Amino acid sequence: MSTVTRSTRASRIAMIGGGLLLLVLAAAPYWAGRADMRLMSEIYLYLSLATLWNLMAGYAGLVSVGQQAYVGFGGYMLFALTIFGGVHPVVAVLLGGVLAALLSIPIATLAFRLKGAYFAIGTWVIAEVFRLSFAQIQALGGGSGSSLPVAIVKEIGAKKAVREANSYWLALGAAVIIIAAVYAFLRSRRGLALTAIRDSETAASGLGIDIWRTKLEVYVVTSAFTAIIGGLIFLQKLRISPDAAFSVNDWTAFVIFIVVIGGIGTLEGPIIGTLLFFLLREVLADFGTTYLLVLGFVAIVVMLKAPKGVWGLIRERYDLELFPLSYRVRTKD
Amino acid sequence: MSDPMLTLTALDAHYGDFQALYGLDLSIAAGEVVAIIGANGAGKTTLMRSISGLLSNRPDAISYQGQDIGALRADQVAKLGIALVPEGRQLFPSLSVEENLMIGGKVGRPGPWSLRKVYDLFPILEERKAQASTSLSGGQQQMVAIGRALMANPELILFDEISLGLAPVIIRQIYDALPGIVSDGMTAMIVEQDITKALSVSSRVFCLMEGRIALQGRTEDVTHAQITAAYFGVDA
Amino acid sequence: MDWINALVQGMLLGGLYALFAAGLSLIFGVMRLVNIAHGDLIILAAYLGLSTTVLLGLHPFLALLIVMPLMAGIGYVLQRGILNQTLGPDILPPLLVTFGLSVIIQNALLETYTADPRKLPGGVIETASVDVGGITMGVLPLLTFAIAIAVIAGLQFIFYRTSLGRGFRAVSDNQDIAQLMGLNKAHVFGVAMALALAVVAVAGILLGMRTSFDPAIGGGRLIFGFEAVIIGGLGNLWGTLAGGIILGVAQTLGAKIDPGFQLLAGHIAFLVVLAVRPNGLFPRVEH
Ligand SMILES: Nc1ncnc2c1ncn2[C@@H]1O[C@H](COP(=O)(O)OP(=O)(O)O)[C@@H](O)[C@H]1O
Ligand SMILES: [Mg+2]
Repeated sequence: MSTVTRSTRASRIAMIGGGLLLLVLAAAPYWAGRADMRLMSEIYLYLSLATLWNLMAGYAGLVSVGQQAYVGFGGYMLFALTIFGGVHPVVAVLLGGVLAALLSIPIATLAFRLKGAYFAIGTWVIAEVFRLSFAQIQALGGGSGSSLPVAIVKEIGAKKAVREANSYWLALGAAVIIIAAVYAFLRSRRGLALTAIRDSETAASGLGIDIWRTKLEVYVVTSAFTAIIGGLIFLQKLRISPDAAFSVNDWTAFVIFIVVIGGIGTLEGPIIGTLLFFLLREVLADFGTTYLLVLGFVAIVVMLKAPKGVWGLIRERYDLELFPLSYRVRTKD
Repeated sequence: MSDPMLTLTALDAHYGDFQALYGLDLSIAAGEVVAIIGANGAGKTTLMRSISGLLSNRPDAISYQGQDIGALRADQVAKLGIALVPEGRQLFPSLSVEENLMIGGKVGRPGPWSLRKVYDLFPILEERKAQASTSLSGGQQQMVAIGRALMANPELILFDEISLGLAPVIIRQIYDALPGIVSDGMTAMIVEQDITKALSVSSRVFCLMEGRIALQGRTEDVTHAQITAAYFGVDA
Repeated sequence: MDWINALVQGMLLGGLYALFAAGLSLIFGVMRLVNIAHGDLIILAAYLGLSTTVLLGLHPFLALLIVMPLMAGIGYVLQRGILNQTLGPDILPPLLVTFGLSVIIQNALLETYTADPRKLPGGVIETASVDVGGITMGVLPLLTFAIAIAVIAGLQFIFYRTSLGRGFRAVSDNQDIAQLMGLNKAHVFGVAMALALAVVAVAGILLGMRTSFDPAIGGGRLIFGFEAVIIGGLGNLWGTLAGGIILGVAQTLGAKIDPGFQLLAGHIAFLVVLAVRPNGLFPRVEH
């Protein structure tokens, strides 16, 4: 007898292990130091950015190098909506996501006119427009930026420890929600359609899938979530400036390297890539820019020698799938 | 038979997981003209692409003038004197007619063929030399494709579907030109759908079926019934 | 008069942008490669020019005699050693590898030359100017513009009138069939990249004489070059010059309104062209 299933033994173990790990991580404010919590928050936020970029580039084929537009936009919306709108910071972060979604629609209709690598640079131009435009807004500090007023910071938590725990939980929660949402999406009909598009556009259009619309949906949703993460990033930093908010290196180059090194087009890849990225960063922290040189080399070598990334290597060797997307036929005797 | 010019030994070809040729063995002598026939999808084009180096192989699967060329790149094979007139012409759309011919000469082999000689063979091309290659009729494009291959001064020339899709007058013109081309001691392999035409110009014939040689023999020895059987895979 | 002056200065600036764009356009035309590190290579050329002028005491223009072949050599080796392996139907590998290259070049320059802004000493030519009908034009911008025209005419000549150019076009049309003509595409691509980086060398030296530069500004130059290519129309070298001019004019007119608008105006011009004429103003006509 044989059954068709998506879950594997490894995926069930991963599920249980992941659940336990999540509990431990959620309890971090009770066992971890402040520096560790900051580092872990940063890891969660990068993991979220990487998962989102991977959905867009690895599944929808939209290789953008301009997602810093939405990171910065989300950050600036946090500042603008709290300072001028009197909104609670968490609400401001979510509203930033909604506004980013609205904004991303006209942007997509423009950027989608460019194909392939030209799309990539086109999105970068758009991010530059964002950076230069926000630098013009004097109320938000113009080119030099501004800090989040203390009164608003206190809305996250009156005491420092509470505040830090809250923003830690926000970052962790965001990462969990994003990974779960992307996973659920990829298992849905539309998600499978997306994979079909990636594997063959002609085949997909033959199946009656509206490629343009599906790509647009992915772009809009990804951009909205990216803006939310941007809001959380600057909620941690408490200071914003155009150069920091719209940095191509910080919010795109690193994210791309994470995804490529981990394994593009898989859900596991960004997780492994994020861990490796931070490991590399902590180990090489004392060498300044050397760490970026090493990162660039590693990314190139991985792309040339192991285009499926570290996770691809692991999967080839052990036939593992922690987030099963493909159906498998299992034979029982 | 004199020293073989080209020898295939257990030649396989794959497209990903799909195997298109299965252990072909075949040998051609210098100066010979052989016909390759077979139904659509039999593997004729794959054979041509393998010999010209567009599909890579074991080094010893293809031996040419005593040298193992199976693993060479197409440009290296071309320099050794093998030219292909590809299926569907495949002219360079960005190049004019004359430029298409000139780039054939880029291989840089000495020999009798020159722009002048190609224009003598196909005078219409001289009239059209400055035009875009895409503006020509199918037959004229085939003339350019043949001229382009000749410009390389090859010793072995491969014609893939030499007359497919051309008007009868043009086909006659091209077949009329063939003896002039191969009389210079050139060896030729001709893939042709029109079996009668194929047999009329060749001394030996190979019939491919599903990636294997189903029939081979001297042109005068093979019967129509044998060919039909080999072509369609029914027992004669 | 002020506005006409801005217009003229913008056109001259466009010459520099056309030089940024020409190499990008050439590479895309031959092998469909979009090189994210293009801007960083321009800055690398400027720094190589700096080292040459400092070490040998040469004028930056003479330094070109060393920097051009050097950049061409780097281009050939880069293409054959790394970039050729990334070419194929998938656009991700070339994009990511050149992105990695961009980060490497930036940080290698940072380690070697620090983040301090530098400038190439052009001497009297930097300040010399001519007066035409009440408009003052710098000799250096004028020269840059003339060089841009000469470079594009040269590339055009190579592309359409030489055996090398035929090879470029043939490989661009159909790589397999071009190989049958005895063209080794790996080598042809190497030569194309060498040529593109020779142009990059010229662009880098002229940039370095005109303004100060630091390791971080490569990305911006890539974007200017890219905008000029798209505005002018893909695969059209003269269109690239027109694209550069439009971009330059948009920037100087923007700066005239408010210095903060300079770059923004250029980007907006690009986005408007993209919205109205997605194939650029002068798309390539197949002949
Ligand atoms: N690029 C390719 N990818 C996959 N299969 C191919 C490719 N080219 C040819 N084939 C397959 O190989 C077989 C032989 O094809 P081909 O050599 O073109 O046959 P012929 O020229 O005799 O018509 C056919 O089954 C064809 O479908
Ligand atoms: Mg065929």
